[in-house]
Amino acid sequence: MSTTNNAALDQNGLIAVRRSTHSPIFTLVGALILVVILTAAPWIVPAEIATTLMNFFILVIMATMWNLLAGYAGMISIGQQAFVGLGAYATLYFALKGVNPFVTIPLSALVCAVIAVPVTYLVFRLRGGYFSIATWVIADTAMLIIGTIAVLGGGTGRLMPGLQNLSPSETAHYSYLATWIVALVVVVGTYYLLRSRLGLVLASIRDNEVAARSAGANVRSARRIVFVVAAAGCGAAGAVLAISQPFIQPTNEFNMQWAAEMLFVSMIGGLGTIEGPIIGSIIFFVLQQTLQQQGVWYLIIFGTFAVAIALWQPRGLWGAFRDRFHTELLPVGHWVRETKAE
Amino acid sequence: MIWLNVIIQGVLLGGFYALFACGLSLMFGVLKVINLAHGDMAVVAAYVAVFLTPHLHIPEVWSFLIVVPIFGLIGYVLQRTLIQKSIDRDPFTTLLVTFGLSVVIENLLLEVYTANGQTVNIGALITKSWHPASIIYISYVSLAVLAAAVIVLALLQLFLSYTGTGRLVRAVADDREAAQLSGANYRHIFGIAAAIAFATVAMAGIAFGMMTQFAPTSGGVNLLFAFEAVVIGGIGSLWGTLVGGIALGVAQQFGAHLNPQYQVLAGNLLFLVVLAIRPQGLFGKRTALL
Repeated sequence: MSTTNNAALDQNGLIAVRRSTHSPIFTLVGALILVVILTAAPWIVPAEIATTLMNFFILVIMATMWNLLAGYAGMISIGQQAFVGLGAYATLYFALKGVNPFVTIPLSALVCAVIAVPVTYLVFRLRGGYFSIATWVIADTAMLIIGTIAVLGGGTGRLMPGLQNLSPSETAHYSYLATWIVALVVVVGTYYLLRSRLGLVLASIRDNEVAARSAGANVRSARRIVFVVAAAGCGAAGAVLAISQPFIQPTNEFNMQWAAEMLFVSMIGGLGTIEGPIIGSIIFFVLQQTLQQQGVWYLIIFGTFAVAIALWQPRGLWGAFRDRFHTELLPVGHWVRETKAE
Repeated sequence: MIWLNVIIQGVLLGGFYALFACGLSLMFGVLKVINLAHGDMAVVAAYVAVFLTPHLHIPEVWSFLIVVPIFGLIGYVLQRTLIQKSIDRDPFTTLLVTFGLSVVIENLLLEVYTANGQTVNIGALITKSWHPASIIYISYVSLAVLAAAVIVLALLQLFLSYTGTGRLVRAVADDREAAQLSGANYRHIFGIAAAIAFATVAMAGIAFGMMTQFAPTSGGVNLLFAFEAVVIGGIGSLWGTLVGGIALGVAQQFGAHLNPQYQVLAGNLLFLVVLAIRPQGLFGKRTALL
């Protein structure tokens, strides 16, 4: 995106290490055009399309966070809806206290990050599949506890205050912009996180955990940071979800379907790539919009597709594309190439 | 007396959880696979019992005689195809594939049979109970399920300890490569373990349908309880699963006694407390976690 052309030569000039496979100018210009279009979208496109785009952004946020967990840190969580729900309820709580709902988005993300820290000390005791189940238990427990709090609407739900004094079109525009900005921050933030030292540690763990440990990588703390970041991201997704659909109910905010969607989308698009979850989300929304008259068939088809991808194309659609054409839009790794030998 | 009843009902419920969880425990112990579609397989078994066995003119009470062997077969075939294919990739893939299967099965059931609750019709038997003291009622069905759980676990233990195939299963579970070098066909052994797991989960599914109403989404909740039973009892310990199931059942009944809203919450809290204090579970070995 930015000045990524940090091609470096080793002392002998035999190999060149670079981030990008092509000039980053193209990516940067493309990204800028996209940002301008998507920012102006609610004033250009019909309201239904803006609403669909908003749901698309929410899914992109969740899938990007899930991909960070599973694709980069090897943690399969099926309980991320815990943080979606907690983010939504944190927003409701602050709104009830009189805070402007749009201001609460970062606060809700922070609340989720803080809650995630002690959670890691529990769930990190289990590995692999048992870790997955433990995250699910956490989500279920969070939902049940929230359901007993009367002031937050208990099990039946409650309408979020603070949005009613805006006109419908203002609400629509503001919530669109909020969702879009959160999505942008999450994707760009993940991109820079993965290009940082942490990204390097994660890549080394993914390739060989034992070797990474012996080289001094602190595996546990790297995973903890990722889990907390993913919780904050999903919390922000929950906050914008609460603003876009302001009737807050435990069964909706803590829905297992969020976990299913983020998992399928990342798998189909390609785990361990930034582009993958975005491409997966596009496919998901195209399928959902096409089959919306046919009940839950889109989920059945999408799930079958995801299982097939996991078995026969585990690097996902974007991963397959990248392997074939050696190209990346948002490079987080390095390419090593041999230059002319002396 | 009220508390005695709470404990008795908890133990009965725990028997069901143990029956539900033993297949899961076996799959993990031998194949090292966590089957996230386990709960949905149970629900499918219950739907088969309700909707398909009447066509064969078999009373629904006896449907398990047909459904259980069929599920054993399905387990073997599914293992030799889809699950083995994902094991060959990595443990990560088995989680993704079984979770995908779970969502697909749940939504297919929703599409075909709607979200309406169903029950396995067992006639007047459902209301009959043993009444040993003033307020204590022990339902015959729950008692039968607890007995079935104990019998299944005992048979499984005998099978693993004293038969040639059972010894092969244990050998493969302990060290797949070494067993393979000694001539064991581990894929076939995996198939047998999956067949047993699926047969037991079919029993659990039908038992669930007899005890209460079920719907396409019942699988997930029960899977959660089964996992809690396995972790509380100790990963990889068959009898630990029974104790874990009973501990979970009693905790849930205590919660429900305080406030019906707290039933599931109390079980979850017990799970989290065990995880915090003794992550290897009551009967597990610490190494099982690594």
